Amino acid sequence: MGKILGLTGDEVAAEVIRQINPDVMAAYPITPQTEIVQGVSQFVADGLMSTEMVRVESEHSAMSACVGASAAGARAMTATSANGLALMWEIVYIAASLRLPIVMPVVNRALSGPINIHCDHSDSMGARDSGWIQLYSENCQEIYDNIIQAVRIAESKEVLLPVMVTFDGFIISHAMERVEILDDEEVKNFVGKYKNPYPLLDISNPVTYGPLDLYDYYFEHKRQQVEAMERTPEVIQKVGEKFAKISGRSYDLIEGYKLEDTDLVVVAAGSTAGTIKEVVDELREEGVKAGLLKIRCFRPFPVREIKEALKKAKAVAVLDRSASFGAEGGPLFLEIRSSLFEEAKKIPVVNYIYGLGGRDISIKQIRSVYQNLQRIAQTKEVGKLVDYLGVRE
Amino acid sequence: MKEKGWKDIPIGGLILEPGNAINYKTGSWRTFKPVRDEEKCTHCLLCWIYCPDSSIIVEDGKVKGIDYEHCKGCGICSTQCPVNAIKMIEEAKEG
Repeated sequence: MGKILGLTGDEVAAEVIRQINPDVMAAYPITPQTEIVQGVSQFVADGLMSTEMVRVESEHSAMSACVGASAAGARAMTATSANGLALMWEIVYIAASLRLPIVMPVVNRALSGPINIHCDHSDSMGARDSGWIQLYSENCQEIYDNIIQAVRIAESKEVLLPVMVTFDGFIISHAMERVEILDDEEVKNFVGKYKNPYPLLDISNPVTYGPLDLYDYYFEHKRQQVEAMERTPEVIQKVGEKFAKISGRSYDLIEGYKLEDTDLVVVAAGSTAGTIKEVVDELREEGVKAGLLKIRCFRPFPVREIKEALKKAKAVAVLDRSASFGAEGGPLFLEIRSSLFEEAKKIPVVNYIYGLGGRDISIKQIRSVYQNLQRIAQTKEVGKLVDYLGVRE
Repeated sequence: MKEKGWKDIPIGGLILEPGNAINYKTGSWRTFKPVRDEEKCTHCLLCWIYCPDSSIIVEDGKVKGIDYEHCKGCGICSTQCPVNAIKMIEEAKEG
C-alpha cells in the first residue's frame, strides 16, 4: 500500500520524479517550477535517486541535454515554466521531431512581458504546435498521476513522442493538497525500463540522429509525426485503464462532470476546472442543468470524444487562460468550435478569456458565465462571441 | 534513387544504414572543378586528409584520381597542395 501525504504541486512532481528515477534529469530553475529542481537535486544529493542530475546553464541547454541523453538511450526528464520554455523553444521542436519520449512538467506561468510570474496558459498553449503531447492537470493528485502515465505514453512504441504535463503555477504548484502516493516499487514496475529502439550508444548498430532533411524527405517525416499523434489517444486511454488498476483512479482524454443530462456546459483546462465543479454543484441544487467538460489532453485534441460529450448541450462556454492575439478567441475555443462545425445540430459556443497573469477567477464570475449560457439557450442569441472575465474596463 | 513514402522510412529522420551518403550524388553542386597534374603530384596525401567529402581516390598509398560524383568543388585540396598540383577550373569554361 502507498501513503497519503500533504504536498504542494511542485513537491508532488519532485516526489514522482524520485520514484520514476529517470537516467537523466537536466533542468534549470525558474519560478514557479523551482521547487521541482530543488526537490530532485536534494533527492539526488541524499542518495535517494541514481539519476544523473545535470545542472545546466539555461533551458536551451536543459532540453539539449535531454535530447542527447534520450537519443543515447536514457530516460530523460526536465521541467520548466514560461520564459524557460520560451528559451528552450528551438530544441522543444527538435525533441518531438527526433521522436524522443522526454517527459517535462510545465508549471504554467504567463509569458513576459511585462514580466509576471503567475499563472496563465500562454506558455504551453504557445507550444501547441511543437509536436508534444500535452496533458493538463487540475490538482496535485493529477500531477502525480499524469507524470507517471506520461512516461508510459511517451515511450509506447506506437507513440515515441515527448509529453508536457502542465499544472497551474502557484495555484497548484505552491498549494498543499492531500495526495495519494503509490509504493516506489509499484511506480517502478508501472513505468518499466525505457528501451530506445535506436540508441546512439549501440555501436554494433550505428545510427545518425538529426541529419539534414530537405524538400525530398522532410515532408514525409512530418507526415509520420502526424500519424504518431493520431495513434496517441488510444494509447493514452489504455495507459489510463492500466493506471486505474494500480491506483483506483481512472483517466481519459477528457473528463465530464455531471454532463449526462446537461444543457449548459463550460469547457476548461487546469485548476479552474476544480472551481467550476463547485459552481456546477451549487447550480444543480438550484435546479439548473449545468455541467463541466474538462480537457485533460489538449494535444492530440480529442475531437471525437468532445463531439460526443457536447452533443446534448444547448449552449457551451469555453474558458481560455491565454489569448491568441489577432485570432477570434483563445486556442481552446478555436479548437472546440472547429470540432463542432460539421455537426448537424448547431450548438452555440462562446469564449471567455480569463485569469491572465494570475488574475484570480471567482465563483461569482463562473456563475455569470452559466447565467449567460442560460440566456443563450433560451433566446438562441449568442451575443458577444469572445468576452473577458475579470478584466477592468 | 526512387524516393520512398512516409510509411517506408525510419522515424525522426534517423539514418540506420551507415555510410549511405555515398548514394547521394553531390557532384552537380560544383562551380569549380579540381584538376590534378599527375606530373607535379608527390602523393603526400594532404588533399586526401583534408577533403571533407572523401573524394580523393587513393590506392596503395597513391592518389589515383578524384571522385567527381561527390566532389562539391570546395577547393580545399587545391589550397592545401604544397606543390600546386591541383588547379580549380570553372566548370562552365572547362568545355
